[in-house]
Amino acid sequence: MAADTGQQRKADLREPAGWRRAKNRIATILMVLSFVVVIIPLGFVLVTVVAKGASIISWSFLTSSIPPAVLPANFGGIGPAVLGTIEIVALATVMAVPLGILGAIYLNEYGGNGLLARFIGFLSDVMTGVPSIIMGLFIYSLWVVHFGYSGLAGAFALGCLMLPVVIRSSYEMLRLVPNTLREGAYALGATKARVTMTVVLPAALGGIVSGSLLAVARAAGETAPLIFTILGGLLSANTNPFSGANTALPLQIFSNASQPYTGAQARGWGAALTLIAIAFILMIVARIVTARFSRYSR
Amino acid sequence: MEEPQQTVTNLPRPASASQPPRTQLDGPVGETIFDVRNVSIWYGAFKAVTDVSLAIHENEITAFIGSSGSGKTTVLRSFNRMNDLVPGARVDGEMNYRGQALYGGGVSPTAVRRRIGMVFQKPNPFPKSIYDNVAYGPRINGERNKAKLNEIVERSLRQAALWDEVKNRLNTSGLSLSGGQAQRLCIARTIAVEPDVVLMDEPASALDPIATGKIEDLMRELKSQYTIIIVTHNMQQATRVSDRTAFFSVLTEGDSDTRTGVLVEYGPTEQIFQDPTDPRTQAYVTGRMG
Repeated sequence: MAADTGQQRKADLREPAGWRRAKNRIATILMVLSFVVVIIPLGFVLVTVVAKGASIISWSFLTSSIPPAVLPANFGGIGPAVLGTIEIVALATVMAVPLGILGAIYLNEYGGNGLLARFIGFLSDVMTGVPSIIMGLFIYSLWVVHFGYSGLAGAFALGCLMLPVVIRSSYEMLRLVPNTLREGAYALGATKARVTMTVVLPAALGGIVSGSLLAVARAAGETAPLIFTILGGLLSANTNPFSGANTALPLQIFSNASQPYTGAQARGWGAALTLIAIAFILMIVARIVTARFSRYSR
Repeated sequence: MEEPQQTVTNLPRPASASQPPRTQLDGPVGETIFDVRNVSIWYGAFKAVTDVSLAIHENEITAFIGSSGSGKTTVLRSFNRMNDLVPGARVDGEMNYRGQALYGGGVSPTAVRRRIGMVFQKPNPFPKSIYDNVAYGPRINGERNKAKLNEIVERSLRQAALWDEVKNRLNTSGLSLSGGQAQRLCIARTIAVEPDVVLMDEPASALDPIATGKIEDLMRELKSQYTIIIVTHNMQQATRVSDRTAFFSVLTEGDSDTRTGVLVEYGPTEQIFQDPTDPRTQAYVTGRMG
């Protein structure tokens, strides 16, 4: 039996040698290399911050007021900066995220190809490129000059930075919602507002939420716009975000890092780790929320 | 074979313009649901359909057949004003629904669509649970009563012959269903609002023969309650389910190469397939091109 088929030539299914195979290998190697190159600095940053900041982290470090820079590492903490960051970022989120999502809905669902929609889309894209320090100066001249430093002013600046990011990411998500879904809802006699609220928005919500949280995480790490708007430099917490100078983690990191005292530097590393941890927690929340909202999408 | 070089001006009209063709079926003919006279439909400067006249009767299944680009779907979508969603779309001529001008002043497209539902070519369940998919229409009509909604959902899914397959997983995603099930879900969603007319745009073209058979059985069952218009590329399907058939064709204007869809012939399905009067219908239904 086997001898009968011995005559048959086996099909050669190996990849043919030559330039095509070589190109494939080169491309694969290049991709692996670029991945390694990308991951090295990222890993270094994380390892360094954790190594230098982890030992100082404790509940009292996160809540105590800021001590004079000369004191050693076991004194005081960064409580006012943690509170300030939470206050300011929360305010900025409340202002920018709903506005940005509504703007994206206008651009994708209502504006069509109209002049106004294209103009707004263009402006929002330009706004993405505005350096954050300019945004700080803008709020300084518009608000701080008249009403003084406050957490609110910082939130305005961060909100302005978040807005175009939220608009752009939400717009892209809304664009991904297939038109057949809209038609299906229209065919049942739904109005445009209804279609948008009950079909389009829920279908895109997972992506919108994760895009917005990314914008929030990015804003939480902004330093430059806060210098002009919340001033920083205070030692005890300011629980009122609507008036008076405030402080935030990025400002604290900046001022501690420029101190000659090892205690202050150690507290700076601790603040850096706290900031990364906040961003990390936001990312995890984004993942969970996305998974929850898109549970009917597959 | 007929001469392909033909101009719009010497187009043979299906019937005199003022009198839409109404070929009698055996037995009584239902009330006229749609009365279409000399309708042309434009997308911007493109005239997609030229001079269509026909009448759709109650509790019948009317099939639109014809090659791609002949305007079947365009005409279908004009019945519930879905073309309004296409920028630049325009309907010329008279189109009446139960005596009311569909494109008359003061007519709300959403009110039209609540009475004239539509099932699309590709199943398009919402990314919501099966229950919420079916309850969507009743909810936008203001139904909030939980017991009433449960009842509507069960009745619609039963009518769509899907209940037994999904009754234990009403809370799973509508997207988890197979193609045929998803299309039946879309039919259930459409009939949940108890429309007067159901428009179907090639509802089985994405489905396998077994799922197609189920959809066809379903249509025959729904016929007693609804008036159905179906666009299909499948001529066997038209002969299997429809009472009347309209054959559309593409007309190419000789010198300018302008293409437009025209209604060539409309009549009882049996007559269209066995004894067509127009040579183009004859050619199409016997498989010799349209």
